[in-house]
Amino acid sequence: MLNIDNLYAKIDKKAILNGLSLKIKPGEVHAVMGPNGSGKSTLANILSGKQGYEISGNVSYENKNLFDLAIEERAHKGLFLAFQYPLEIPGVNTSNFLKTSLNAIRKSNGKKELDALEFLKIVKEKASKLKMDEKILNRQLNVGFSGGEKKKNEILQMSLIEPKMAILDETDSGLDIDALKIVANGVNTLRNKERSFLIITHYQRLLDYIKPDFVHVLMKGKIAKSGCMELAEELEKVGYEKL
Amino acid sequence: MREKELEKLKEYKYGFSTDIESIKAPKGLNEEVIKFISNIKNEPKWLLDWRLKAYERLKILKEPDWQKPKYPKIDYQNLYYYSAPKSFKEKPKNLDDLDPKLLETYKKLGIPLQEQKRLNNIAVDAVFDSVSVATTFKEKLTEKGIIFCSISEAIQKHPDLVKRYLGSVIPITDHYFATLNSAVFTDGSFVYIPEGVRCPMELSTYFRINASDTGQFERTLIIADKGSYVSYLEGCTAPMRDENQLHAANVELIALDDAEIKYSTVQNWYPGDKDGKGGIYNFVTKRGLCKGKNSKISWTQVETGSAITWKYPSCILKGDNSSGEFYSIAITNNHQKADTGTKMIHLGKNTKSKIISKGISAGFADNTYRGLVDISRNANNSRNYTQCDSLLIGNKCGAHTVPYIKNKNLFSNIEHEATTSKISDDQLFYCNQRGLNQEEAVSLIVNGFCKEVLQQLPMEFAVEAQKLVGISLEGSVG
Ligand SMILES: Nc1ncnc2c1ncn2[C@@H]1O[C@H](COP(=O)(O)OP(=O)(O)OP(=O)(O)O)[C@@H](O)[C@H]1O
Ligand SMILES: [Mg+2]
Repeated sequence: MLNIDNLYAKIDKKAILNGLSLKIKPGEVHAVMGPNGSGKSTLANILSGKQGYEISGNVSYENKNLFDLAIEERAHKGLFLAFQYPLEIPGVNTSNFLKTSLNAIRKSNGKKELDALEFLKIVKEKASKLKMDEKILNRQLNVGFSGGEKKKNEILQMSLIEPKMAILDETDSGLDIDALKIVANGVNTLRNKERSFLIITHYQRLLDYIKPDFVHVLMKGKIAKSGCMELAEELEKVGYEKL
Repeated sequence: MREKELEKLKEYKYGFSTDIESIKAPKGLNEEVIKFISNIKNEPKWLLDWRLKAYERLKILKEPDWQKPKYPKIDYQNLYYYSAPKSFKEKPKNLDDLDPKLLETYKKLGIPLQEQKRLNNIAVDAVFDSVSVATTFKEKLTEKGIIFCSISEAIQKHPDLVKRYLGSVIPITDHYFATLNSAVFTDGSFVYIPEGVRCPMELSTYFRINASDTGQFERTLIIADKGSYVSYLEGCTAPMRDENQLHAANVELIALDDAEIKYSTVQNWYPGDKDGKGGIYNFVTKRGLCKGKNSKISWTQVETGSAITWKYPSCILKGDNSSGEFYSIAITNNHQKADTGTKMIHLGKNTKSKIISKGISAGFADNTYRGLVDISRNANNSRNYTQCDSLLIGNKCGAHTVPYIKNKNLFSNIEHEATTSKISDDQLFYCNQRGLNQEEAVSLIVNGFCKEVLQQLPMEFAVEAQKLVGISLEGSVG
């Protein structure tokens, strides 16, 4: 699905990723943990196409060079990023944004665009599964949303888009215990043989619910250690310094 | 067609011109030309005298120069002040007599002149260069006593109404361009809604400048008698030409007791090319008089075209309890410039006004909101609320807000809010990540930014306007 090979990234001459390699096969769930500033969000941003980095190394997505694709093309081909800090867009109605986004992706895949009614039915159903207040759909996109509401809104979009490769950047940070379960459940429902996940988190708790296939530790811009759930448990006890 | 022209055509889809033989007044501005216009239109003597008086006044007026967008001097002697398709010498009695080329032009523009192709119940008066081409739905309106025709026709058939109201809101002494218009105006629309009548459909005028070196000076007069209501929409396009063309219209609205006029404009004149060559100078005077008590005038404008847009649709709130509204979207891209806003003059007691202005600037464009709120000494308990928001795309464009606030009444209250924001790269990245390309993203964000104003447009046009907002910003990022 996704094959990251010896990835280096710099911003303003500052090296952030230093030879990172990671292979994600269809259906696998990978968790990435690591200290603040180690480059986790940078990795997520580069994979989804954010500009401004000086990059070397290879990344292939579904056996094609990822860097040949524009940001929206990656989205069309099923790459999804749940942002660590979802953006506020004043004036833009949340429901309208979600519909425009979903239809753009459907259209690019040759699927019929949903009309307002069809969309409303689906979005309401998905929102209620995430225990989101429907009223939020009629508010301006992320404007004045609480931290948890913003995160849930990302998961709502993920469940609408049903991506092939979902990257979640600290979606669990700032969630209360119930919301955490709901978000984990959102991921688990989507989980299947084809769909892959890259889950960036600081806490083992989320992983208790999601049960990833692999856990990696990202330090100083590369994978310092890889393992299974036990690695997360160990980290929770001893911290990163001991590694 | 040469490739370059093809390129251009893609940019401005209304940029074609129609090859129609026309009758023109001799080039230049003088008494003879004014007489020519008045004569060809078979006008009564009082109107010719009125025009000549305006022309006398014009001679001593100076072109204003306080506006932000500057432009090269206009050679008024090098313009045609009258241009009409030749087939119009004998005014066609009905649509079947119209030059098929004209019908074709309007078809390309998407204007439904043929009644059988009725579009959502909208009556249209179309102005091609200087003359009004056709007014649809006449019969249905006549049943209700509504007059909707070209101003030329109104001068012939309803001289009393015209004489009484023409120039009553914009006097011939007003200012340079308004006075110029009074001297040489050629055609435009006329609307009269009788007492107590609610106009059953949107009335709409479509303006088109076709001939080159032609100024368009149309004159619109709308009178809403006591307790009546009308919603009116104006749209405009012009072919692409390398030289600048002047459009100096006057629009006068009069609302009597308890009457309401809603006037919407979707202005999409040719904006010039990417480097700022050519385009329309849109120097228009629009003013409404809330003459009667409880009357209401509401201006909504979506200004996306023109090289320079310079206009302040205004309300004079004379009647007690009258109210005025101004909703504006002004989009400038590439080298376009806009200096637009409104004047709300509160004269009566308990008068209210509301101003919502959304300025969007991209490329090298420059966008100024300029507005006056003037509450006079006797206008007790009057209120104004103004909100001016500017949105910048990129960092080579400009946005300015110039509010003039005069409150001479202790019991009245003016509120002003202004914001400036920028579409951030992160916002665009977020939208792109959700599958939208740059243009779709910008269009979505900008449409959200202007939503409050778009909502004011009649339903049928809101969708069109939304698309226009997206199109006019194409190529503004990336
Ligand atoms: N635009 C930028 N300019 C300069 N430095 C940057 C920029 N973006 C990121 N960095 C730096 O790169 C490093 C990695 O940042 P990144 O956001 O990827 O960390 P992270 O692992 O996601 O951290 P956290 O756990 O706190 O979210 C940090 O030191 C950060 O300050
Ligand atoms: Mg981070």
